[in-house]
Amino acid sequence: MKKQKIEMLENHDGLVALEKRLGVSRREFLQLCSAMAATMGLPSGAEAAMAEAVATKKRPSVIWLHFQECTGCTESMLRAEHPTLEKLILDVISLDYHETLFAAAGHQAEAARRDAMKANKGKYLLVVEGAIPTKDKGIYCKIGGQTAVDMLKECAADAGAVIAIGSCASWGGMPSTNPNPTGASSAGEVLGKVIPNIPGCPPNPYNFLSTVVHYLTFGKLPEVDKLGRPLFAYGRLIHDNCERRAHFDAGRFAMEFGDEGHRKGYCLYKLGCKGPETYANCPAVLFGDVGNASWPVGTGHPCIGCTEKGIGFAKPIHALADLKNIVPPLSFPRIVEEQGKGASIGALALTAAIAGAAAGGAAMLAKNLGKSHCPENSDAPAKQPEERAES
Amino acid sequence: MSNAHHPAPAPLGGKLVTPATVILAALAAIAFIILGIRFVFGLGSVTNINDGYTWGIWVVYDVMIGSAFACGGYTMAMLVYIFNKGEYHPMVRPALLASLFGYTLAGASVIFDLGRYWNTWHMFWPGYAQVNSVMFEVAVCITAYIVVMWIEFSPAFLEKFGLKDLKKKLNKVLFLIIALGVLLPSMHQSSLGSLLVVFGYQVHPLWQTIMLPLLYLMTAVTIGFAIVIFEACLSSSGFKRPLEMHILTKLSRLMTWVLAAYLAVRLIDLAVRGALGYMFEASVEAFWFWVEMALFIAPLVLLAKPADRMKPAKLFIAALCLLLAGFMLRINSYLVGLETGPGWHYFPSVPEIMVSIGMISLEILGYIVLVRYLPILPKEETI
Repeated sequence: MKKQKIEMLENHDGLVALEKRLGVSRREFLQLCSAMAATMGLPSGAEAAMAEAVATKKRPSVIWLHFQECTGCTESMLRAEHPTLEKLILDVISLDYHETLFAAAGHQAEAARRDAMKANKGKYLLVVEGAIPTKDKGIYCKIGGQTAVDMLKECAADAGAVIAIGSCASWGGMPSTNPNPTGASSAGEVLGKVIPNIPGCPPNPYNFLSTVVHYLTFGKLPEVDKLGRPLFAYGRLIHDNCERRAHFDAGRFAMEFGDEGHRKGYCLYKLGCKGPETYANCPAVLFGDVGNASWPVGTGHPCIGCTEKGIGFAKPIHALADLKNIVPPLSFPRIVEEQGKGASIGALALTAAIAGAAAGGAAMLAKNLGKSHCPENSDAPAKQPEERAES
Repeated sequence: MSNAHHPAPAPLGGKLVTPATVILAALAAIAFIILGIRFVFGLGSVTNINDGYTWGIWVVYDVMIGSAFACGGYTMAMLVYIFNKGEYHPMVRPALLASLFGYTLAGASVIFDLGRYWNTWHMFWPGYAQVNSVMFEVAVCITAYIVVMWIEFSPAFLEKFGLKDLKKKLNKVLFLIIALGVLLPSMHQSSLGSLLVVFGYQVHPLWQTIMLPLLYLMTAVTIGFAIVIFEACLSSSGFKRPLEMHILTKLSRLMTWVLAAYLAVRLIDLAVRGALGYMFEASVEAFWFWVEMALFIAPLVLLAKPADRMKPAKLFIAALCLLLAGFMLRINSYLVGLETGPGWHYFPSVPEIMVSIGMISLEILGYIVLVRYLPILPKEETI
């Protein structure tokens, strides 16, 4: 693939055709490709390659399996409000099997899957959504009489690549929460290897799309961490890119929902935000295409750590995150100290009262002492009973 | 402690529950409620102290002034046992009792004022203590003196509970304890002044001098005389007992001499440092300096003639003036004359004042209860 500038693609035949096919302006399409390339941190020129690949290459066949899940991943992909995205998902890829989106049903659907697998043997992309029950020979999830375990193994055998989408397929997700009655396992665990995965509940559709387009463009999946997560999306802690990070560093925390700090947008760490131990790009790419602050922490809810095994659906929402580096103290010294108040009216009145009582008491005492003790006869103990004030 | 020339001390007896003791107990109870709040919610919840004025009246009054007012035992012990003036012996026990309360409560007040009071034990623990600190000297010295005073005072308990053997054994070593009882206050009463020397330029020149330890020690001694006279007048009035005028007159003479010496040192020091001019400035500090000095000079004027020293009223007023003078010297040097930077203010809050009042009430209440219960005041009929 020759390196070229994205501006040169403007009158590319494929792009003109794409414009007609999708009803998307070329400008908008090229912007999307640039954004995806930037999201993945790809070098300059990659955006042009991606645009060309999407515009001209044969769309890869995609088989999308659903197991133990809520279909939230698919829903979030479809509900993405970016004007051209849902069309692109369906156009960039040839979605040959997807239970939610299929018009076909029953044996017809299963036949379509087998046909696609045969036609694109070794080239199709297998997407797994949902955890796979393994307990009791996998009987807790069956499709067309076939257990999820068997179906996954069958489809994975001839796939060009397997991608797990969502936390369930990535690491077990919510179905694997203790006591895990169905033995829900991730796709990687069932296949016995680390597979690229896009965890999240639901994951950000752009992370998935970027990964697919990377595969389409370069023929391989993007660089991943040891858990198989693309580094461009899961390379950093949420905490590191969080818009509330400055509040954390300054020691300003919301202490309970609805308190002053919460209303002012302070750090949610003390409400149990798992951002400090969760790797994801949520604060950078946000959710739902509605703009500023449209992600859990942005709306005032602590991160639940949905992308992290052992945190999402495992650790209580209110439990404090384990910080990877610095743990904040219970309180910080204030920068500006109160310099003290002058005398209050009460304190002044009290002081005056004490002084008055002391003076009065002393005067009375002195008067009586003088009366009863003449210097000549100091042994005359004639004293009047009398209350006196203490000084 | 026994002395054949004087009537033996005896319990006063009488009712313990009177309007006066009930009021005193109520005031002490209020103080304890406030202290409860302080220990749960912190110093800031009840006091007005801040980073500029870290010591409020709980230190300046309860500790600095409280311990100075408790110097009666020190002065009397010095007089009787060091200068061998046996005629003052009947004054020792009552003075010691007042001192005992004063110091014990001063020691307790330090803990009220410690922000991290749970670390109090650090100052007595070799690995933690900062042995080069003036505060360390004051803390250890005051603590030691409180223990020494309780031992010094213990014959009163031993007599009451009939532990004659123990008292006999104690009497053999009591001279050591008494020696300590004179040495220790000399050390820490001067160190309370040294604390201020450490404050440096933050203390107004009218008070900041390298002579502060001496000034604090001399005023502590004169206050010791004054408080004995003051307490004698109070207890004679309160318990309707005759005044021991023959002793008080002599005491007042000693008091005026020490006071005159103090004033000489004070004024010479001001002159040598070239600080005399500050007292003529139109400032708050100068005003309170004049109040302080007037109170120091007043007893000299009141008791100038030997005949005046025979009049109980004059003696009482003179002693009161001297107590107030010592009070003002400490308030002035620690609070009025202290300037730690622009913008800082301090005036005690109502709860702070109520705690100090409660401590004083507790002191008087304890004194009343113990003189009625233990052999402290000399038997009346023999005078």
